[in-house]
Amino acid sequence: MRELAASTISDHVAEMCEEANIYLGEDVFGLLKDALETEESPTGKEVLKQLIENAEIARDEQIPICQDTGFAVFFVEWGQEVHLTGGTLDEAINAGVKRGYEEGYLRKSIVKDPLYERKNTGDNTPAVIYTDIVPGDKVKISFAPKGGGSENMSAVKMLKPSDGEAGFIDFVVNHVKAAGPNPCPPIVVGVGIGGTFDKVAVQAKKALFRHVGDSHPDSRFAKLEKTIKDKINDLGVGPQGFGGRTFALAVHIEDYPSHIASMAAAVNINCHACRHLERVI
Amino acid sequence: MEPKKIKAPLSDEDVMALKSGDNVLISGVIYTARDAAHKKLVELMDKGESLPIDLNGQFIFYVGPTPAKPGQAIGSAGPTTSGRMDAYTPQMLEKGMKACIGKGLRSQTVKDALQKHKGLYLAAVGGAGALLSKKIKKCEVVAYPELGAEAIHRLEVEEFPATVVNDAYGNDLYAEGAREYAR
Ligand code: SF4
Repeated sequence: MRELAASTISDHVAEMCEEANIYLGEDVFGLLKDALETEESPTGKEVLKQLIENAEIARDEQIPICQDTGFAVFFVEWGQEVHLTGGTLDEAINAGVKRGYEEGYLRKSIVKDPLYERKNTGDNTPAVIYTDIVPGDKVKISFAPKGGGSENMSAVKMLKPSDGEAGFIDFVVNHVKAAGPNPCPPIVVGVGIGGTFDKVAVQAKKALFRHVGDSHPDSRFAKLEKTIKDKINDLGVGPQGFGGRTFALAVHIEDYPSHIASMAAAVNINCHACRHLERVI
Repeated sequence: MEPKKIKAPLSDEDVMALKSGDNVLISGVIYTARDAAHKKLVELMDKGESLPIDLNGQFIFYVGPTPAKPGQAIGSAGPTTSGRMDAYTPQMLEKGMKACIGKGLRSQTVKDALQKHKGLYLAAVGGAGALLSKKIKKCEVVAYPELGAEAIHRLEVEEFPATVVNDAYGNDLYAEGAREYAR
């Protein structure tokens, strides 16, 4: 049994909170640069230029890319041969979030009570944490600060199996079209298919943690990702919705086995500030 | 197309000279307000009481910045989703506001009110909070300090970039831009 101190988890988490919010990943940065080459709209090009410059300023001055430094979302793969000492995993992660958001001058965007008082918790906790127990003696922590503007443009729909591929494509494309300029395009579209009502939403979220632009390993889904992305870009919505070719930088699908009577589908949109990091401890 | 340099606050003539799709660089004084501050302002209007700021000719920027680091005027400061302010915007325009800056779609009621009161809706680039913070030279709280990041701040801006989405003639860049590039 390997022993791992809760404080070690907190230290990593605190660093990850700052790092993810300040440095735009090279995946998104590369795609923004590619888009600048292919974008036809002059206003669209201007937006892409600003976004590239924005990422450079954030990096050089060590300030957040975007003022919405998000809900702290974690996927943890916990090796079953690791024994956590000195606290619970939830406590360790939340202590890291609290420290990272304070020391990194990140915005605290979480209210304790969603309906009535909506009072800010003051330290951006609690985080949203999904944990999987896996074989081995390593711990993998994936983190994404998830902005509210793009999160609000998300949906789950229980499609019928007979809706088929066409029905699934329509659901995703129409949903993204309705979101339009709100989620700060260019966007990354996380899509879940299969599973239950709750599982499909988690799959859509998980899709946003993929290295942006990588394809699904199954060639059928990889092709479908490309088809949906092309349809979304053909809407003409463009960067920031001002019109243009670049509405989506990528579409990622995560599938899961399905009940014979169901075909659950979910869309979780991320903005170009698609911040995500992983560490293996 | 070169961006147009404009000065805040705005007159009716300034508003009428701008069209949807125009890129502008704003210099001068603008104010911030988000949901909570709008709610308080509109409550005062409903009671017929005076407001903590004079809205005449002003720009309102929908933003909730990150905390400023030592030596910074303001933290990252990009626009937030404007739709949440739709319910309050017609009354703000009635009280003299000339322009608002945010991101994302507005309701038909807001678009009609912009035409009626000669106002503009502009979008700044959502997610460009680091870049936009460099265009803000000074920042001070002028009302509702208890709201923290949501307090009303007075900002001095220099060449702050934005794009006119809805003008006072009823044009809408979000609709027209997508139509032009759809295929
Ligand atoms: S949607 Fe993304 S880029 Fe836009 S304000 Fe929110 S976090 Fe920032």
